[in-house]
Formats: sequence, structure tokens, C-alpha cells
Amino acid sequence: MMEQPPPFEVFDHTADVGIVARGDTLAEAFANAARGMFSLMVDLERVAEREERCIDVQADDPEGLVVHWLSELLFISEVDGLVFRRFDVDALSDTRLAARAFGEPLDIGRHNPQLMIKAVTRHQLQVGREDGGYRVRVIFDI
Amino acid sequence: MAKGWFNVLEKVDDYRWRLPTGYKTGMRVPGLIFADEPMLRSMAEDEAIEQVANVAFLPGIVGHSLAMPDIHWGYGFPIGGVAAMRLDDGVVSPGGVGFDINCGTRLLRTNLMEDEVRPVMKPLVDQLFRDVPSGLGAHGPLRVSNAELDEIMVRGAAWMVERGYGTEADLDATESRGAIPGASPATVSQRARQRGHEQLGTLGAGNHFLEVQAVEAVYDEAAARAFGLDLGVGQVVVFFHCGSRGFGHQVCQDYLDVMEKAARKYHISLPDKQLACAPIKSKEGKDYLAAMAAAANFAWANRQAIAHWTRQAVARVLGRSVEEIGLQQVYDVAHNIAKIEEHRVDARRTRLCVHRKGATRAFPAGHPEVPTKYRDVGQPVLVPGDMGRYSYLCVGTEQAMAETWGSTCHGAGRMQSRGAAKRALKGIDIAARLQAQGIVIRAQNRALLAEEASEAYKDVADVVEVLDRAGIARKVARMRPLGVIKG
Repeated sequence: MMEQPPPFEVFDHTADVGIVARGDTLAEAFANAARGMFSLMVDLERVAEREERCIDVQADDPEGLVVHWLSELLFISEVDGLVFRRFDVDALSDTRLAARAFGEPLDIGRHNPQLMIKAVTRHQLQVGREDGGYRVRVIFDI
Repeated sequence: MAKGWFNVLEKVDDYRWRLPTGYKTGMRVPGLIFADEPMLRSMAEDEAIEQVANVAFLPGIVGHSLAMPDIHWGYGFPIGGVAAMRLDDGVVSPGGVGFDINCGTRLLRTNLMEDEVRPVMKPLVDQLFRDVPSGLGAHGPLRVSNAELDEIMVRGAAWMVERGYGTEADLDATESRGAIPGASPATVSQRARQRGHEQLGTLGAGNHFLEVQAVEAVYDEAAARAFGLDLGVGQVVVFFHCGSRGFGHQVCQDYLDVMEKAARKYHISLPDKQLACAPIKSKEGKDYLAAMAAAANFAWANRQAIAHWTRQAVARVLGRSVEEIGLQQVYDVAHNIAKIEEHRVDARRTRLCVHRKGATRAFPAGHPEVPTKYRDVGQPVLVPGDMGRYSYLCVGTEQAMAETWGSTCHGAGRMQSRGAAKRALKGIDIAARLQAQGIVIRAQNRALLAEEASEAYKDVADVVEVLDRAGIARKVARMRPLGVIKG
């Protein structure tokens, strides 16, 4: 039996960092992309689920949706000082995503802060099918 | 060499390579790359040169699609790219500015010598680390109202100076006196404002830094003296690098969406979606320029606040006044910006929109925008290197004015990705290694320091040598770090 690919992997890009996230469904791949993004920022193992935020974003296409989804999470993270570890994508079409994110206030002493992400880029952004599942590839400006 | 670039590029001289319009149908002007041969080889390993060609497609581009010796692969535009567009039929592109609008650097001089400061380096770095918020989750100690944020967007560094965060002399020694005209708070989203409120007065992370440095070589004594580096080798300076924080990132993000639609609306055909742009004269173009100016001015206010806290921290640790220490500003220069400037095109004075994405302005002696006190010398150009080696102070030239719209490089340029640097330096305690070199460091996460180690960057000395030999900036002095703050 083939080994299950990891939910997300980090890859290098000259000055920045990207992730490839996978899932059996597109919703799962989107959730894993968010998890991958926060794994670049903090040690996810140390983040507890004490707060919940609802996210509802729209875009012209699935690629735009990836950018808006992850940008919205970054925005909430910065403005409310939260970090998230779990994501439930409740509804997803080609142009709209509704989800919930679970996490807690950033604690520098406890969360082992890593990279600060400036933005989600459209550079070589990919959303597509792969081996019967789905794959999202996205690069962050660090 | 990837893609056989040496067959495509025409060698102009040892430091200039021309990318002819024939390389790709649709290029409106040729490309011009400043590099020596080894640098060109390293550029050819990613898509940076292809991006130089793509920028040449943009409507209204004049002269060349330019690349500085530190270029590397960016989004749409290469980082280290310069492109000037005519105002009447040209475009403006947020990708030609970058996410961190008015990311830039500032240099302060002191009357101190290295041997006086060395014994207090540890407490000094600790104090600076406390007083200048940095890293993930950093909040600025400044709390401004919405109305005040509007004023900051329009007035930039002057707003801070009026509140005691610096002096009029700081504004004199800041590009565009710390504010560009045309900023309109109405073009800035609520989201950008929210991020701005949280992060005004913070350094950021990644390659942003604050360093206490000592002059280690002087190449042009007259220029060094004019810039306040008058005590020769051993003189202590403070050099820092940061931008408009979440405020600017959000402005860029907001307008990328606007520009994607605008490019379709105005039928602008682009080889890469990330060059999304709009005519400078269109509503979208004007709105972006107004929002970008607001973010640029926010960045100047941000650096002004950081300069103030830096002065306070140094004075406190040294137990002397800021005046006694002579903590005067040498210069502050933007390296991610689009500016409306007057340049000579075919012997006529023409106003252009100059995009500098990871490129620094480098105006020559005599230019009216060079501070009066430097008018006979030229504009100071700040070129940071890496935290283990050195940084440079240079000066703008006539050659830069003639060839690169008065622009030059902005740093060393990354050579190794973050992951590659981390792998190559696995098991090495970078902080300990810096300490062994006599450099005191404080960072939010020591484990991340490998990503910013010298090995990850080109040797900035090589980059500066190309600038100097090509004549698009002249070396003035070199400074090495004594103390480093990283986010």
C-alpha cells in the first residue's frame, strides 16, 4: 500500500517559503494549507484551541480563494493577536469559502515563534487534482 | 548555465549585459542588467532574468527594464528591478513596488568610538531589543486615533517630528523629507488601517534588522566627512532596515485585486498575471498611487519612531545626552517604491513614474532633491549587507542619473533559500559564532538566525564593487556590526 502523503510540506523559494498542502477533498486541502501556513509561524503542537473565529471569503476562482482565505487568517492573526491550529471548512465552492478556525492568543514564551509572514502571494499559485485527491501550492512573502 | 542566457544576453562591458527586445515578442524596450560574470551566472539559476524581460512588456516603459546586481526572483518584477513609465500612456504596478511599501533603511552617526561602546554592547543591545518592538506579534507602544492615522498617511515622518520624535534635521536627511505628496487616506481600506494601528513603531522580522556598527574602511574621505562619518575607522553608527509593516502589506494585497481587474478592463496584455497594473491616468492607477503614498508615509513615520527610541536607548545606556553623543541622521532611503520624478529622456526633461522594487535612489551632486548639506557631494546611498560581515555607505552619481533613473542596488541579495541555509548550518549556533566574532546579538528566535547568516547572502562587497565600477554609485565607507537586533 502506498504511503499517505503528509497533509502539508514546506518548500524553499529563493527569499521566501512555500507550502504544498493535500487533501482527499478540496476543503481538506484548503484546511491543510492554513495549517501549513501557521506551522511556519509557530509550533502548532503548543497551540491550544481556546478561541474560534468564523471566516467567509469570496473570489473569482479557486486560486483567488486560496489567497483570500489565507490572507483573512493572517489578518485576524495580526489584528486580534491569535494563532490557529485547526480549521474546519464548512462550505466551499469555486468562488466562496466558509470556515471556522480554532486557536488561542499568541504567547511568545510558549508558542516558539518562527517566521513572520508578510503576505500570501499569487506567485506560482496552484490549485488542482492529484492522485485522486486535491493539492494546493502557495508561496508566502516573508 | 540555465537556459543558455549567455547566448541571449549581449555583453556591453564587464558590468553590463543587454537583453535585446528580440528575446521575447512583446518586449517594448531592451533589458539592461548590471552584474559581473559570476553574478550573472548565479542570477541565471532562477527566473530573475526572465522577469526582466517580462517587465519590458509594460505599457509606457522608457529606456530599459533595469536590473541591479543584487536581483533575484520576485513576484512579477524581479527584486532589484527598476522600470520607469511615461505618465501619459504608462502604467503603475503594485508588483513593481512590492508588499512592503517603502521598505527602506536609515543610518544614524554618533561621536562615539568602538572602544567606548564595546564594554556596554550587551546592555545596549538588550536595551534596544526592549525599546524597539520586533518579531512576531510585536505591538508598537504608540496608540493613535483614526484621525491621527489619517494625518500620518499624509504627513509621514514630519508628524512624528512635531510630536518630539526627532528633529527638523532628520527630515532634511530623509528621502523626500519623509513624505511623498498625493497620499489619500480615502483610498486605504479599513483592514490596512487596523493593521497599521497595531504595528506603528515596530521593526518586523525576517531580513529586517537594527545594528550598531563601527566604520571599518573609508574610501572617500570628503564624502564620508560630509555625511557625518568624520571620525574615521572605529566611529560608531546605527543602521536599521524596516518598512510599512502590515499597513503596507494590506495596501498591496488590496490593490493586487483591483489591478487584476483593471488589467483586463484596459486590455493590457501581460506575460505574467503578477505584473497586474493600470494606466497611471486611470482611476485605479491614481487610487493605487494615492494609497501607496499613504503606506510610504506610514513607513517613514515608523522609521522616525524607531530612530527616536534608538536614540533614547543609546543615551540611556551611555549615560549621556543624545546631543552629546551626536546621534544625527545621515540619511533615510526607500527601496520599495514608485515615485513621480523628472528625468532626462532623449535630451528632454520628462516626468516619469519610476518603480524601484528592491532598488535605492542614488541622485548625484547638484540634484535639487539632494539635501542642501549634501548638495555638493550627492545623495547618501545605504547598502546593507549581512549581520556577520558588513554594510556600505555609498553616494549617488551622474552615471546613475543617466542610465538607471538615479537608482542603484539595495543590498546583498539572497544566495541561499531559508531552508538551504538552515540545512547547511545545521548544528551550528549562529549566535555563538557571532559572539566569537565580537558581535552581540538578540533575536526573538535564535534557531532562525541560520536563515539570515552570512552564508545565505551574496557578499555585499562584490555587489558594491559592481556598482562602483559600473559607476551607478560610488563607495564611501564600510561598516561592520558590533551589535545586532533581529525580529
